[in-house]
Parts: sequence; C-alpha cells; structure tokens
Amino acid sequence: MYGRLLVAGVRRQSSYPLATLAGLVANATFGLLKTGILFAAVGSAGGTLAGYDVGAMSAYVWLSQGLLGSVNLRGRSDMMLRVRSGDVAIDFLRPVDVQGAAIATDVGQGLFALLPRGLPSVLIGLLAVGMTMPTSLGPYVLGAFSVLVGITVSHAFVYLLAVTGFWLVETRGVTVLYMSVAGLFAGLYTPIWLFPDWLRAVAEATPFPSMMMYPVDVLTGRVTGGDAVGVVGVQLAWLAGVLLLGQVLTRAGRRTLEVQGG
Amino acid sequence: MADALARLAPYRAVLASRMRSQRSYRANFALDLVGAVLVGLMEFTEIWVLFHAVEGIGGFTFTQMLLVFGIADLAFSLADLVVGHCDALPTYVRAGTLDVFFLRPQPVLLQLVTSDISLRRLARATVGLAALAAGLVLNDIAWDVRSVSLLAIALGCGFVMFASLFVTAAGLQFFLVNGAEMTNAFVYGGRYAATQPASVWPRVVAVVFGFLFPMAFAAYLPVTALLEMPGAPWLPSWLGWCAPLAAAWSVTLALLCWRWGVRHYQGAGG
Amino acid sequence: MIIETTGLTREFRVREGLRRRTVRAVDELSLAVTAGESVGYIGANGAGKSTTIKMLVGILVPTAGEVRTCGLRPVQDRRDLARRVGVVFGQRSQLWWDLPVGESFEILATIHGLRDGEARARSAELVELLEIGDYLATPVRQVSLGQRMRAEVAAALLHRPELLILDEPTIGLDVLSKQRLREFLVTQRREHGTTLLLTTHDMGDIERLCDRVLVVDHGRLAYDGSLDGLARTVGARRVLVVDLAAPAADLVGLPDATHIRSEGGGLRQHLAFDAESTTAARLLFAVSERAEVRDLSIEEPEIEDVVRSIYAASR
Repeated sequence: MYGRLLVAGVRRQSSYPLATLAGLVANATFGLLKTGILFAAVGSAGGTLAGYDVGAMSAYVWLSQGLLGSVNLRGRSDMMLRVRSGDVAIDFLRPVDVQGAAIATDVGQGLFALLPRGLPSVLIGLLAVGMTMPTSLGPYVLGAFSVLVGITVSHAFVYLLAVTGFWLVETRGVTVLYMSVAGLFAGLYTPIWLFPDWLRAVAEATPFPSMMMYPVDVLTGRVTGGDAVGVVGVQLAWLAGVLLLGQVLTRAGRRTLEVQGG
Repeated sequence: MADALARLAPYRAVLASRMRSQRSYRANFALDLVGAVLVGLMEFTEIWVLFHAVEGIGGFTFTQMLLVFGIADLAFSLADLVVGHCDALPTYVRAGTLDVFFLRPQPVLLQLVTSDISLRRLARATVGLAALAAGLVLNDIAWDVRSVSLLAIALGCGFVMFASLFVTAAGLQFFLVNGAEMTNAFVYGGRYAATQPASVWPRVVAVVFGFLFPMAFAAYLPVTALLEMPGAPWLPSWLGWCAPLAAAWSVTLALLCWRWGVRHYQGAGG
Repeated sequence: MIIETTGLTREFRVREGLRRRTVRAVDELSLAVTAGESVGYIGANGAGKSTTIKMLVGILVPTAGEVRTCGLRPVQDRRDLARRVGVVFGQRSQLWWDLPVGESFEILATIHGLRDGEARARSAELVELLEIGDYLATPVRQVSLGQRMRAEVAAALLHRPELLILDEPTIGLDVLSKQRLREFLVTQRREHGTTLLLTTHDMGDIERLCDRVLVVDHGRLAYDGSLDGLARTVGARRVLVVDLAAPAADLVGLPDATHIRSEGGGLRQHLAFDAESTTAARLLFAVSERAEVRDLSIEEPEIEDVVRSIYAASR
C-alpha cells in the first residue's frame, strides 16, 4: 500500500516539474533572505549568537527551508475536506484505521517531497552559502529518524485540526491559528533558541518544536549523544500524546456522525 | 471632470458590489480579520525576536527597524487589499472570467485590478500601521516638510511597487499556470525583503531586490534618508529620494510582463 | 458585411509528453455574414467553433488570415467592438454569481456606459420579454440553469449590440426553457434587426432560429447554405417511431416514408420521412389505417450525424 502511495507521489511530482522548480526558487529566495538577516545578527552578536556561529546558522536556515515541503505547518489536509464534505463516513466503513490511514498517506507524501524539494534546497544552501554539518555518522542516523518523527508529529497534529470539523461548522479559524502559532514555535521564522526566556519556555511546552526545531538540532549536531537521544525521546512522547488524542477524537467524532445519521 | 468620472463609473460599480457582497458573510469575515492580524503579528515577531537577541542588525536599532517594517508592511497590506487577487490569475482563466473581460469595452488589466477587493486584508494593515506609528513616536524625527514628504513618498511608492509586483506576477502566470509559487518567490519574498535592512543582503539578493524588484526603495532607503543614516556602501541614503524612480521602473516592468502575458494568452506569439 | 474572414487560420501548440505538436483548430476559413442574417455555426466537438468565435471577438489572435467583425479588427479595436457585439458563452457567465440578477444588469449597464434612463428602460424591456422579473432579486448562484441562460442573454443584449453571438445557448435546458429562449431570439431579430451567430448541438435551435447554416469540420468549412439545402445534401430525415398494439408486418410502401427497421417482431417500427414532402401527422394517419398505434415518438437527426455525412460527402 505504501509502495503504491510512493509511486503515485512520484508521478504527481514529475507531472508538474514547473511547480517543483517554482517551490525550489521560493525556498532559495527565502533561504537567502534569512541567511542575510541571521548572519548579520550573528555578526553583531560578536560571532556567536545563542550558540550559533555563521556555519551553524546557515545549516539551520537551509535545513528548515528543506523541511518546509514535508512538515505541515499550514494546517490544511485532505482529511479536513473529507470531514467537511461528509465523505469521511465512507472511510469509517473501510477495514483500516481512519486516523492511521490519513496520517500515513500524508507522511508518505511528506517523505517523498524530501527528494525533489528538501535535498535540492539543502544543496543550494551548501553550494551558495556553505554550512557546518557534523563529520561523524551518528547525528545523521539519529537525525534522519528525528526528521521522520518530526514530519509525523506535524501531520498527526494537523489531523487533530481536521477532526475538529466533526463539531465545528467552520475549521478555517483553527487552521489560521495553527498556521501562525506553529510557524513561530516550530522555529520557522528564527530558531526558538533566540527567543527571550519566557517565550522559549512557552514554545518548549508545546509539540511544535518537535516538528522542525528538534529534528534540525539533531541533524546539525547542535545536540549530540545522550542529549540528542533525549530530544528524540521528547519528540516520541509528543507523537504518542498527539496520536492518542487523535484516536480519542476520532472515536468521539464517529459517534457524533452515527448520532446525526452520517 | 464629469467626463473622467463617467469613465471611472464602471470600475466604481464593480468595486462597490464586491464590498457589499463581502459584508454579507459576517461570521467568516470576522474570522478572516482575526486571522490576518495574527499572521501580521507573527511576521512582526520575527523582527522583534531578532532585535531582542542582539543590540542592532545592519546598523539599525529596533526602534529604527519599526519604521522600516511599518512602512513596508503597511504599503504591502494596502497593495494586497487592492490588487492582491491578481495573484490568482489562473483561477480567472479557468473560470472564463478573463474571456468575459475581453468582451467589455474597458482595458483588461484595469478590469482585473478592479474586479475584486479584499476588505478582510484591511485588518492586516493595522499591524503595519501600529508598527509605523510606534516607530514615528519612538524615533527622534524632526517634523518638517522634508521628513513628511519623505514619508509620503515612501508609503506611496511602496504601495505602487507592491501593486506592481502583483501585476507582474499575474503577467508571468499566463506562462506559469502551475507555478504560482515561482511568483510567490518575488511577491512574498519581496515583502519579506522590504521589511529587512538592505545592508544585510547577500549579493544575489541585493541585485534582485535592490534593482530588479527594487524593494530596498520601498522602506529601507527612505528610512535611512529620513533618519539621516549612512546607508549601505552600494546603496547611499540619498537614494531614498529616488523611490519614485524605482516605482516607475516597477510599473514599467509590470506593464511589460502583463502585455507579454496577454499576448501569449491571445496566441500572438512572444 | 458584419462578419468577414479570409483564410482565417489558428494553430495551437500542444504538449504530448515532452514532444510538441502543432494542431490546426481553424484552417483557412473564409466566410461572410451580412447584417440581419441568422446563422447557425455547427460542427462536432473540437471542430473549431469556439476558436473561431474567440477570433471574431478579439480574445484570440489568428495565426494567419484576415478577420473583420462589424468592420473592425477584433484584436486592435477590441474595445470599440465590445460596444457593438454581445456574446453569450453557455459555459462561462458574465454575471456576478453572488449578486442578484438585477444588480448584475445595473453594473453591466454602467460598464457599457448607458445613461440611467436608457439603462432602466432597456433592462425593463428585456426583463419583461425574457420573463426574468420573478428572480430579478435572487442571487445568480441560486437561479436555475434555464433562468440563468435567459439572464445571460439579457445581459448580452443590454447595450443593443448589432451582432449577438451565442455559444451553445440551449445546452442543458429543458424543453420549455429552450422554447422561450428561441421565441425571444426570433422576436429580437425581427424587431431590432440583430444579426445572430450561434453554435449549437441542437438541430431544433437551427431549424427555428437560422436561415443559414455553416458546417465546420476539422477547422474547415464543409457546408454553407440553407437548412433545407443541408437536409437535401445529407438527407437529414426525421424518424417516426411507432409502438403498435399488436405485432404487425413491416410498414413498407407508405407515402413519402421509408421503413428503416422493426423491433419486437414488428411491435415497434422506425419510419423515416422527409419533412419537406410530408408531415408527421399525415404519416401517422397513414400508419393508423394499417395498424393500431399505441404510442409514438419523433427522433430528430443528430447534429453529429449531419456533420458526419457532410464530411463523408465532401471527400
């Protein structure tokens, strides 16, 4: 089943080469603009800012740009449309777990986007700006796993937004709220380590850093060894929590649907 | 005068009807207003976080940055309010609305520009307006003809430049029907660039957003001129007075792209 | 001449995978329509009808050849032309879907620069003739297809164009709506001398509205002449289908009619007749003298069949 999903994804991507290229151009533009302002910030801090030197900052910028096509920070999903249209009633008749199937599909597409979208973005950054990356194998192995978990956390969370549609007439509000808060706390605009203490504490109390900030930290070797394993542990804990909540909401939603008669 | 008014009547009629229809979806409208403010706030947070972490960036303090962000964001929001829908040109093409424009006795571009207006984006402008107001109060500005005219030039030209970006995007989307993200790179990238001190830009960015899409002229340069700051080595602060030239170039580029796009749509080659 | 084309040609480049191919949608089309005529422009899907119309009104630039509409060059003089032509595209609306029908009319009147009094009078006239009054205050998105089409026609006629182009005006309409629309168009033409050019898939539209037919096939003009002539050329006959009370022998030898086939051992019989030389009533009378008729229907020739036989004949 996942093999078939992957093939479909490849076909969809290859039939819109222009869209993929366009996404890359956008990534590169924003990456360069971010590089400029963040490098200047590092410079005026005297060469290191919150533990970032220029090379590490570059790695943060380009890896986070690369993950943008795979991590869902926009809050929209097919599931949301299916809940709104009522098509989800059909999904409940299938012999697969609705939550699992929806998230797996999205994660599959997200993983695939790493190839045409993620890797080239990182490559552009590497060639145009240069970046500091770990020289040992460990961070890459753990980092790859951390990225996988991060992508999954984001799609599992967006699934929660989708199922609020069982009770809310209009889900656009939660989408907009998610889009703004998730971007900030996931470290899309700046690393959360640059935040003032209180704001960073707030960010760390949410699952959002697990989607992008932590994977980037592990992959770039900002955290290593036992600390890195600890960070991945935090990600997994959030994943478990979000999935559990999703399961509970799905069952409650199914009951609502049955009460209303679909 | 009466003649000119009569000529504007068609556009006024369409716009008035658009505004009326938006007010009829009150619940969604309120939601969109809140959402727009949130998005604006998040974009501001980025600047605030950076300047909280370090003293100054690119020769700017946080209070000085308030002016750059305020002018750029306000001008962008207003341009988005008025012509932001041009960015959705492929939707117009698919729905056949564009063909209908060809059947009416007004220029197609003017019809497109005046075919819609998004009042909900007015809320987005409040963020820029607040930042600008704070910047004007917190900075030590000598209020005279010079500073007022610079501010007016900056806002006016910024609006024209951003509006031109949207039209340029529309023109290019005749070719890039599936590549709206490509035009997003310079429309939203341009907005982002305009809220930054141009002195920090890498060279490629400086060429693209300093001259091709002259975003440095939207807020950064007028502010350096206003505050009598030195400016970047390749962008002296007196260039702030040249914002009208940059705006004129933006308009030219936009009209060329639009013309080129329409000719492509009509299949006249090119 | 209100429409005149010479050697009008339009090519499109289409992508097939990675290769590009040039397709001729309109191929050296030369035609002339005089003011006041009512012309049916027919052809199969993809024959080049819409492409021709788009060139006539200035949306598309011809690849080669000349075109004049109302004596103007459609692309260069598009804005002047827009004041003199009305166009209804069956598939795309010129109304505002979220506004009441009447408000769309008001905006269109302003767009065409009509004076207040003139706009109101014209609008009232069209509303009455097309029976739009009942839903004038209803938003466009809530009216039925038939109602919307009538509103579209009114919208295209507000500025009293001398040429009205209708692209599939009756597609998807029920019989009554079609009938109303046709009657209105006939009146409009008689009273204002409006020239009509319409594309359609409905033979009924052509029969009731047009005194001249153009058939286009693969971008080329395959026929230009009267409807009667078309019928003669291709033998476009109608078919009377009768269901008999009891199976009967094939009804051959009826006056001015040919037996085509029988079904159910003679219970249902298909009889072709030429509308020129007889009527359905006369044929039915002849049939009923030989067998008891329980039910009947009349099949009109499909436009696709007509075009196909034209094409076969012209080869």
